[in-house]
Amino acid sequence: MAHFDKKAKPFSHQWLNDRLAVDTVKKVLSTEYWIPKNINFLWAMGMILAATFGLLLVSGIFLLMYYKPDTKLAFDSVNYTIMTEVGYGWLWRHIHGVAASVVFLIIYIHMFTGIYYGSYKKGREMIWLSGMLLFVVFSAEAFSGYMLPWGQMSYWAGMVITNLFSLGSLDIQAIVEWIRGDYVPGDAFLTRFFMLHVLLLPLVILALIVFHFATLRIPHVNNQDGEEIDFEESAKLYKEGNKKESKVIPFNPVFLSKDIFVMGIYFVLFFYLVFYHFEFAMDPVNFDPADGLKTPVHIYPEWYFLWSYEILRPFSKDIGLIAFGFAQVAFFLLPFLDKSPVVAPANRRGLFKFWFWIMLVDMIVLTIMGKLPPEGAWNIIGLVAALTFIVLFAVLPFITKFEKKA
Amino acid sequence: MKEFKILAVVAFFTLVTYWGVEPFAHSQMHKHVEGNNFAYDGKADVEESAMAIEAAKNIENPAKKAAVIDKATKKLAEKKAFWADVNAISKIKGNAASGEALFASCMGCHNGSGVNMGGVIPPSLDHAGSLYDKKYLIALLKDPAIASNVDHKYENTMMHPMGTVKTMVTTPQQIADVVEFIKTKKVGKLEPKQAFLEACARCHADRYGNITQLGEMPKFKTEKEALEYKIKVLAEQDAIKAYMGKLPPDLSIISRARSEHFIKTFIENPQSQLPGTSMPRVGLTKEGFEKVYTYLEETGDPSKDARHALGPWVILFFVVFTILAYLWKKSQWKDLH
Amino acid sequence: MSSRRDFMGMALGGFAALGGIAALYAAKRTWDPLPSVSAAGFTTIDLSAAKENELAVEKWRGKPIFILKKSSSMPKSDRDIEVGGNRYLVAIGLCTHLGCVPAYLPSDYMFKCACHGGEFDAAGINTFGPPPSPLVIPPFKINGNSIVLGEEGPEYKKMKDAGLTA
Repeated sequence: MAHFDKKAKPFSHQWLNDRLAVDTVKKVLSTEYWIPKNINFLWAMGMILAATFGLLLVSGIFLLMYYKPDTKLAFDSVNYTIMTEVGYGWLWRHIHGVAASVVFLIIYIHMFTGIYYGSYKKGREMIWLSGMLLFVVFSAEAFSGYMLPWGQMSYWAGMVITNLFSLGSLDIQAIVEWIRGDYVPGDAFLTRFFMLHVLLLPLVILALIVFHFATLRIPHVNNQDGEEIDFEESAKLYKEGNKKESKVIPFNPVFLSKDIFVMGIYFVLFFYLVFYHFEFAMDPVNFDPADGLKTPVHIYPEWYFLWSYEILRPFSKDIGLIAFGFAQVAFFLLPFLDKSPVVAPANRRGLFKFWFWIMLVDMIVLTIMGKLPPEGAWNIIGLVAALTFIVLFAVLPFITKFEKKA
Repeated sequence: MKEFKILAVVAFFTLVTYWGVEPFAHSQMHKHVEGNNFAYDGKADVEESAMAIEAAKNIENPAKKAAVIDKATKKLAEKKAFWADVNAISKIKGNAASGEALFASCMGCHNGSGVNMGGVIPPSLDHAGSLYDKKYLIALLKDPAIASNVDHKYENTMMHPMGTVKTMVTTPQQIADVVEFIKTKKVGKLEPKQAFLEACARCHADRYGNITQLGEMPKFKTEKEALEYKIKVLAEQDAIKAYMGKLPPDLSIISRARSEHFIKTFIENPQSQLPGTSMPRVGLTKEGFEKVYTYLEETGDPSKDARHALGPWVILFFVVFTILAYLWKKSQWKDLH
Repeated sequence: MSSRRDFMGMALGGFAALGGIAALYAAKRTWDPLPSVSAAGFTTIDLSAAKENELAVEKWRGKPIFILKKSSSMPKSDRDIEVGGNRYLVAIGLCTHLGCVPAYLPSDYMFKCACHGGEFDAAGINTFGPPPSPLVIPPFKINGNSIVLGEEGPEYKKMKDAGLTA
């Protein structure tokens, strides 16, 4: 039985401390959660992601008040009721649409920051894996949300993506029909993806965000030079007032002050997109109502899925599906494929330097090719880029094994 | 400073990706169509016919190839002659008074009775002088199928719902007279909605604007009345479907589904964007198009003004927020280095 | 040092809170009834079809509206609305006790609520039982032989100022 101060007034500091250990919690999670001082603005991407998720959640709540998950009503509930009748409905929709697109840009920057600085290894594997899980669930969340306006792109994306689950030439239609609850994407499909989008997947995301934060606490955040810091010693220096000598800063308020400044710049850009440049995130074709008898002339996923879509496209059906499956899990394997113990920026890591920049450029090439019509030279470039992607993962263990220790 | 260098790298790769998936991809997906600035001089039609001859040269079967080329060559000659005539008639001085007498025969169909004739309900001509171009009207009276660039649908213009006009207005002078009457008397200030109703609504509904193919939808007291009206609309839609091949799309939010440039060039000459489409060219003037487009934006993007009014304030808020955050960050970090 | 830090932190927090309040305003507007709902808040009722001492029930804003044309033998009340020389009771047909719809008993010129036995006379005034106040008269505007519910006409304003509407 713990000791309780019987004289403490209800809800006083002492009273709460006896019951909830608020001082300890505050120290562990905030004022004595030590972050390396040697960081740049890329370290703010995590909090920016959290903030963007917050925007998605809030705007989503307001959209949910008027959205109708019914194939007959969905399109007009979004495009008429929300966009023209609901006070500031257009604002919530634009925030939701733009944030859903921009969140992936930030995720990719966050991911490539981790890859560049080697933040996925030597005790930080669980950070990487939980982050990759978040990426996958965010992808599912984005896809299920894309169904909801029930426009042409919603319908045909739903058709094509669910068809992937027939498993190539095994052609198991039963799985596809089970996922859809119908022979084609219809009312059952829309309603269950609505459920996934507004309940199940957000719950999973929230749990995973908590888990992702938890995985950071013990190994601590990496720094710009991959330096191994003695956090206890540095923390002692900081607390004694030797802030210049200490290599760490507390999460709150010092690290947070920088995060919030970066977030401010991000929000300026973000709201510029919301008000003046939202077309990239709200595809015009999806303003045509779903029509199961007419495929749009050009059909392509949202930009953040294009690279993996392009890995599927240049190959025959079965090989394409296997390549696509590989692309989905490849990044999970990174901590185990990288055999080098060195934690340092890619530019200081021999061949890995080339690996990193080729990978980055290759993903962008795949992304661009993924949207172009599959014809002529685009097909060849797409094929080369897809093969490059696979080869890069295949050679990673070898080039990192012989990496010189820095 | 190092952080700016990193920012430059991030911005560079972001912008390259954006360029690739937006402007570049769209330039590859959609062919670019130059408009003719709402001048109806047959230039595009003659070019289309010339291209049809070029395309026919790729046909493998020699007999078929010869036949197609022969037909396309005749078509080209026909179009050239037609538009030359139109240009000639446009120079004749028309007499509005004699035009009015001839115009009376138009009222046999364009009478606002709301009865479908040969596929569509003949549109109201109350503001035809403001909505439609002079040369286009000349062409329309001369040969409705060629004027609206849907002659590929008709063996003979007399099959066109408006084909009989060829028997009513026959001489160049008569055509000039009627057009003079329309361009001087059937004019007036036009509300965007009225422009849409006269120029588009005989085929296209706009449900967000409460418009069906029968015009503006009235209010109903009982469900029975509403259903009776709906059945009338469905019957009209069936008639249009039979005539056009498919039901022309509802245009409520077309201004968000297509770019302004697409809509502009499509209305000016539907064949330029969708070869083979059964949508007729309607011959809008620049002013007429602007009215129609204003209406399309009113129903398709009614929050545009609110967006532009609120945008600067939200952005200003975050600029000030960022400055304050920078000052806070500076005060927090000043003892650290 | 600490005072400056506190000042900047608080300035930033305060400014962010301003943004939060603005966002709350947008959120409040989102909760408002839609324009189509507000527009539907005006209902025109033609009174010429009403029959004496026979209750007609119309619907306005989802609520039942009692229309009772009074015969000359029925007592006059200052809650009567005069339209085209006839007297009418126009009231929201919900008992002011707990919101049930009372039934009209033509022979007794009174309303009786089945839920808790509340009674109202033909002017809608509570005469017995738990109802604390008369049947509510909705905002109306007389327009020829019709009344428009939801709009406040001069006759309504006069009744309202005299405290007769609720």
